[in-house]
Amino acid sequence: MSSLQQTPTSLHPTTEDQARRRNVLFAAPRPSRRFIPVWRRNYLVWRKYLFERVLSNIIEPLITLVAFGYGLGSLLPDVGGASYLQFLASGSICMSVMYSAKFESLWGAYSRMETQKTWAGIMNTPSSIDDIVLGEVAWAGTKALVTGIAMLLVIWGLNVARSPLTLLALPVVFLSSLTFSAMALIVNSLARGYDTLSNYFVVVVTPMVFLSGVFFPVEQLPGWLRAIAQWLPLAAMVDVVRPLILGHLPGHLLRDLALLVGYGAACYYVALILTRKRLLK
Amino acid sequence: MITALAPTNLESQRTPEVVLRVHDLRKVYGGARVVDGFSFNIQRGECYALLGPNGAGKTTTLRCCLGLTEPDGGQIELLGEPVPERARHARVRVGVVPQLDNLDPDFSVAENLLVYGRYFGLPDATIRARIPSLLEFASLAHKKNAWIGELSGGMKRRLTLARSLVNDPDLIFMDEPTTGLDPQARHLIWERLKQLLARGKTILLTTHFMDEAERLAHRLAVIDHGAKIAEGIPRDLIRSHIEAHVVEVYGDGATEWAQGFDRSDVSRLEVSGETAFCYAADPAPILRDLETRPQLRYLHRPANLEDLFLKLTGREMRDES
Repeated sequence: MSSLQQTPTSLHPTTEDQARRRNVLFAAPRPSRRFIPVWRRNYLVWRKYLFERVLSNIIEPLITLVAFGYGLGSLLPDVGGASYLQFLASGSICMSVMYSAKFESLWGAYSRMETQKTWAGIMNTPSSIDDIVLGEVAWAGTKALVTGIAMLLVIWGLNVARSPLTLLALPVVFLSSLTFSAMALIVNSLARGYDTLSNYFVVVVTPMVFLSGVFFPVEQLPGWLRAIAQWLPLAAMVDVVRPLILGHLPGHLLRDLALLVGYGAACYYVALILTRKRLLK
Repeated sequence: MITALAPTNLESQRTPEVVLRVHDLRKVYGGARVVDGFSFNIQRGECYALLGPNGAGKTTTLRCCLGLTEPDGGQIELLGEPVPERARHARVRVGVVPQLDNLDPDFSVAENLLVYGRYFGLPDATIRARIPSLLEFASLAHKKNAWIGELSGGMKRRLTLARSLVNDPDLIFMDEPTTGLDPQARHLIWERLKQLLARGKTILLTTHFMDEAERLAHRLAVIDHGAKIAEGIPRDLIRSHIEAHVVEVYGDGATEWAQGFDRSDVSRLEVSGETAFCYAADPAPILRDLETRPQLRYLHRPANLEDLFLKLTGREMRDES
């Protein structure tokens, strides 16, 4: 053992204590292979309900596309050279994928962290908070990717789009899901209860859907809202995925990807710091 | 012999003689010294108990030893590794039974063990090979495929105990392992902990059940306000701090009787609620006096750890915080 500290403990943290605490909380992410068991745990739960999950993944977009696309779409003119059904399909794949990632990293993660204390159990093993957060992000990305694939099958099945370029949407779906999950994990780390999660959904997530060009083109928005919209991660995702579904190459690919990666990396680091702060008391 | 739980020669070689060293541990929370200069060592193969009222700093001490709480001062060495710096490496060979069960409700009994073993980086084949003996140890072989929601409190506790053994640990942390259990379930857990000790495992136990500490612990520390106030072998501690005999007097008029009683016959007399506790080296005079008072009821018993605990930590209630 190293040298002894004989000074009495102060009741208030010294600057040295504060600096040490900061070093622990703000340490760079330490990714390790130990995130894999965390991912596998969530996968094993998901597999138990495989049938219901896949069924809802397919039925929900079917209803949206049939009701809004065919019903509403027949009343609407073409949007930017595509039918409204195609426009809506390429937007709602982004929305569904985002919801899938957000739900998993809000209600799912919060239950595992607070209600079930699954994370507390994991922290007693050689796995650490860094492994848990990485495992959760990777899992939410995987689950949302499955949602994206199911959506694509519906889009192909309804003959809304058949271009081989549609397959290129999948890597973007996965990347965006990681970003959405990291954002949600920040909220998770600050949540006081399930109400915090609902409030975040109402105040942040739902408005983002309407501002990101899922249901109607961003150009329809007033100027100041358009200015906000161009910095939203969901808008960046729609900006890449929609052209790919409609069969042509995206116009601002690098900018949109940089935005998604930037948000994702920043939110991941912040989520990690705040989760450490919450759990390493 | 349950092979998965048996210590191998290799393991006893790699386990250091002193499994856990804690020196001058300090932790401050919100202006209160929760752990205040606490030191202790645990030898390989012993059961060491931390005894203290609620809020004495037991759980915080455990969290510090596992590297889950950053101490404000002092040194910790767990299985030869400095903590918190290399806590993660040390935790490979540690098992934990937490105060509240955190079994995974989405899984069956066997799946809980499988999934938990993976967090230690164990291959599935290794874990699957261990599951039958772990379930047998927990008397849960018949519940292998049951869901967690179907288990009784005692079964959950036994499964948590089995889960803490999935990595075949050298040292097991048990934070109040029998709180909330009925007497039958508690005795079964005690019997299992004795089996583990017989196999050479080391146990760090926190409890506020005195009989639990008296039965299981080779050594114990009484802590209060984050500091150690007594440490030693349970029987020695009782002998050195408490008179050999205790007479508890209760019933109508017990407190009045205590006020008027000739105190030269007892070394110590304490009144708590409706009961008078008389501590004496020779109980005969008190017992003779009580024979003449049929309205009073009394219990004559040898001094135990609870008497020691109450003498050292006082009788007033503690806040849960």
